[in-house]
Amino acid sequence: MIGLSHYLFVAAALFCIGVYGVLTKKNAIAVVMGIEFMLNAVNINLIAFNHFMAPNHVIGQLFAIFIIGVAAAEVSLGLAIILSLYRQRHLVAIDEMDILKW
Amino acid sequence: MISLFYLFSAILLVFALGTVISTNLIHSALLMMGSFFAVAGLYLLLQADYLAMVQILVYVGAIAILLVFGVMLTRKGSIEESNLPNRYKGIGLLTALGLFGLLARSIYYTRFPAPPIGHPTQSILAIAQAFLLQYFVAFEALGILLLIAILGAILIGRDSK
Repeated sequence: MIGLSHYLFVAAALFCIGVYGVLTKKNAIAVVMGIEFMLNAVNINLIAFNHFMAPNHVIGQLFAIFIIGVAAAEVSLGLAIILSLYRQRHLVAIDEMDILKW
Repeated sequence: MISLFYLFSAILLVFALGTVISTNLIHSALLMMGSFFAVAGLYLLLQADYLAMVQILVYVGAIAILLVFGVMLTRKGSIEESNLPNRYKGIGLLTALGLFGLLARSIYYTRFPAPPIGHPTQSILAIAQAFLLQYFVAFEALGILLLIAILGAILIGRDSK
């Protein structure tokens, strides 16, 4: 019988994969991919709790929809910043993006 | 039911691991698309059919495509080694494994209360009613957030020269 804990384990593993991607990638777009994995893990958690703890409400699914909307906004803005940095300074690697330090 | 859960989870985790391990950014983006499909499958198993459709539509259809466009527009050097790890690979691996150990331990030892008896609601109807009646201010705020994000992305990404 698949219970709540199974989904929580999968979501925890996905979140940690996302953390690894965010911490160890050089390319800014790969870091955005890691953030997407972390947001997806949170969504799985919310929907699993909704399904197993409150089956006659949809509040967890509403939260998941909000997270999806915020993720879409975050990706569009992040990619705009990455593209702008690439066009003006020819930067892709995040450890070279230090122009605000001067 | 049980085998479907393990199938989707295996696809999800293998594809996600491939995304962070691969050194080719295009391969990473395509593997990430596959893992988003697996997440949609998990949503279907949790009887969140509307969320599964939104997942495929927004994540696979919009976000992954947007990221592929980003990859194509920011080419620098060879694509085979476009996704190299930085010098904190060991620390990152340690952090991720430690976090997973912590989370897994707390999930394993937590006793969740027994689920209440209830029939699953028809999710699209219930979501529509909750969005447009009870939480309509939050719904409008989300719309305004998306509008501002679009305008900001245009403003930032515009050629300023």
